[in-house]
Amino acid sequence: MEKKLYTIIVYTENIAGMLNQVTAEFTRRMMNIDTITASSSSIEGVHRYTISLWGEEDSIQKVTKRIEKKVDVLKADYYLDNEIFFQEVALYKLSTPRIMENNQISRIIRHTEARIIEVNANYTVVEKTGATDTIVELYNEFVAQQCMLQFVKSGRVAVPRHSHENLSELLFDKDCKRKSVK
Amino acid sequence: MGKEIISGGEALMRSLIKEGVDTVFGYPGGSIMPVFDAMYDHRKDFRQVLVRHEQGAVHAAQGYARSSGRVGVSIVTSGPGATNTLTGISDAMLDSTPVVVIAGQVGCAVLGTDAFQEIDFVGITQPITKWSYQIRRPEDVAWAVARAFYIASTGRPGPVVLDFTKNAQTAMTEYEDVFVDSVRSYVPYPTPDAMAIEEAAKLINKSERPFVLVGQGVELGEAHEELKVFIEKADIPAARTLLGLSALPTEHPLCVGMLGMHGNYGPNHNTNECDLLIAVGMRFSDRVTGNVATYAKQAKIIHIDIDHAEINKNVTVDVPIVGDCKEVLPLLTELVERGNHKEWIDSFAKYNAIEDEKVTKKALNPDCGPLLMGEVARKVSEATGNRAILVTDVGQNQLMSSRYFKYSEPHSILTSGGLGTMGYGLPAAIGAKIAMPQRTVCLFTGDGGFQMNIQELGTIMEQGVGVKMILLNNNYLGNVRQWQELFFDHRYSWTPMLNPDYAMIAQGYGIPSRLVIEREELDAAITEMLATDGPYLLHVAVKEEDNVMPMTPPGATVSEMIFE
Ligand SMILES: Cc1ncc(C[n+]2csc(CCOP(=O)(O)OP(=O)(O)O)c2C)c(N)n1
Ligand SMILES: [Mg+2]
Repeated sequence: MEKKLYTIIVYTENIAGMLNQVTAEFTRRMMNIDTITASSSSIEGVHRYTISLWGEEDSIQKVTKRIEKKVDVLKADYYLDNEIFFQEVALYKLSTPRIMENNQISRIIRHTEARIIEVNANYTVVEKTGATDTIVELYNEFVAQQCMLQFVKSGRVAVPRHSHENLSELLFDKDCKRKSVK
Repeated sequence: MGKEIISGGEALMRSLIKEGVDTVFGYPGGSIMPVFDAMYDHRKDFRQVLVRHEQGAVHAAQGYARSSGRVGVSIVTSGPGATNTLTGISDAMLDSTPVVVIAGQVGCAVLGTDAFQEIDFVGITQPITKWSYQIRRPEDVAWAVARAFYIASTGRPGPVVLDFTKNAQTAMTEYEDVFVDSVRSYVPYPTPDAMAIEEAAKLINKSERPFVLVGQGVELGEAHEELKVFIEKADIPAARTLLGLSALPTEHPLCVGMLGMHGNYGPNHNTNECDLLIAVGMRFSDRVTGNVATYAKQAKIIHIDIDHAEINKNVTVDVPIVGDCKEVLPLLTELVERGNHKEWIDSFAKYNAIEDEKVTKKALNPDCGPLLMGEVARKVSEATGNRAILVTDVGQNQLMSSRYFKYSEPHSILTSGGLGTMGYGLPAAIGAKIAMPQRTVCLFTGDGGFQMNIQELGTIMEQGVGVKMILLNNNYLGNVRQWQELFFDHRYSWTPMLNPDYAMIAQGYGIPSRLVIEREELDAAITEMLATDGPYLLHVAVKEEDNVMPMTPPGATVSEMIFE
């Protein structure tokens, strides 16, 4: 089977130790996570992890099921890039003196729709949101212009393209069931 | 009237009693002392069993749980007490056994400071439990215990850990019973898909050679009757996994034996002959499938399991039915037609007859030479009217006793399947006998495994637990020796073993024992053992270099068993 880049979206209860439980499923298979983003979701008390990694569908499917099986995990699904919208954000800390010397750099910033969020005498901070390849492309250009001081990039965040809202439907379903039991 | 104000330790007592706990297996220590102090006032409310090692506490809780279907409980101290439970917890995880392990923990104020006997127990146990939780405030005790029992016992059962900080044990709280009957992120009993059941029924109705695989799920789901009704209506032969052996009585006319590496030839051979496999509450473990690449490729597969993550894990199936077999089987029975598969069913006997000729007859009726494990197991089984609970350790003793025992009642085999834990047997037998005092509990163990938790003879002595222990002594780590003989050119590295005088050991614990070497003595010794009130050690000197046969060699196709 062919290795592809997958994005796994996990909804969990917001409790201590959850991330450990989720990542342990990758550790035991020595699957290397590429990026991971954890933060709150649209539902109060529910956290959302976006995990991206390379793998074969078979193992991605198995690990996703095992994650969903955890008692405090509400939902876990995996997607290919064509099934989601996704973005990453990058910060580039550049040398202000180098930018002053070389007007090519400002041109690059304007062309790539990056945003300047800080300028002082020593450094300039540029922010860019986009897919990994455009972020890396910009990085390479700054490196070529010899102005790069620091670079950092986030993991991806993603929303599926389909229009059913898995989790809210699931919680609603369960609520109904619980009520019908009573 | 206001709510009562009690300590966290006392809240634990109330919560356990509310869950109906009648026995706790445990071992005290510094950071769990307030709990043991609270237990002092509850000596009449539940049985308090001091084991001799915390590993024994968990295996005993497992034996209690698997023989009775109730949740087993152990309470231990932090640090080494807690780490000593890890093997038992892992075993319970792999074999889906409902146990709740409560461990002491240092006070919240010093967590993370390497305080005396502090270890990250939640962190260590997360991968080997269904749920692991740290109780940090006395107010949370009632809720945490209720949730622990709910999670351990529902759906696919498993172990739960409660890491009980010392400050939460001693601080005072208002107490009120808490009942947990749902967790929003947890679906213990998925609703089976009606379409899948219909599709499965269609496959069954048009199948000419259907074959049912019975796993421990049937025991855990108490679906013994539902299984019988199903296979009888559709007239389908059924074989059991090692853990499912007592899910269907040995003598049932549709029972064609045991699956697996050391199972019977008929079912293993016909796995690759059937046109439809119907797996019920089993997980296609590698010990059952042999080489998966050549496993039942000719057949369609229906997989009934309560755990969604088991579907397509090891074997890709055609019709998955995710649900409780107790609920699914009757729905399926309704839709299947009355079957008649006589010729197909008879074909199992043909292959089982080959095994009989090549293996079983020799194993059960040798006329000379040293005693064999098989004959001992069959004789003990028959002497109990095939109604005993068989508890095994791990190794040749396990494979031989489980193979030659006969099962007529549910919950009659307790063995470490998934983890294969040597040392499981003795404490598990203690737990089983305590849970089911009216039943005869027979432990079969090897000389290696017996010594792995031999200290629990002390528990037997102190509690007067009437376990019948059959020690099959071959002076070898026999199972490993067998593999060395077959696959490592007879190089017996680290497997011959010098044994102690077991009669003296038994005597030291005040346990009657008898050594049997001669075949003529065996019957009388078994009679004596079963007639003796209380525990008994039957020490049998068996053939030293004997092999468990038949066998599907590692990596081989399931149907290609070897006989010698
Ligand atoms: C804790 C543990 N350690 C090692 C093993 C590997 N092992 C499996 S069977 C076996 C030999 C068991 O010897 P004995 O208890 O004498 O039983 P026999 O096979 O001779 O009946 C060993 C070492 C194991 N299963 N569990
Ligand atoms: Mg041995």
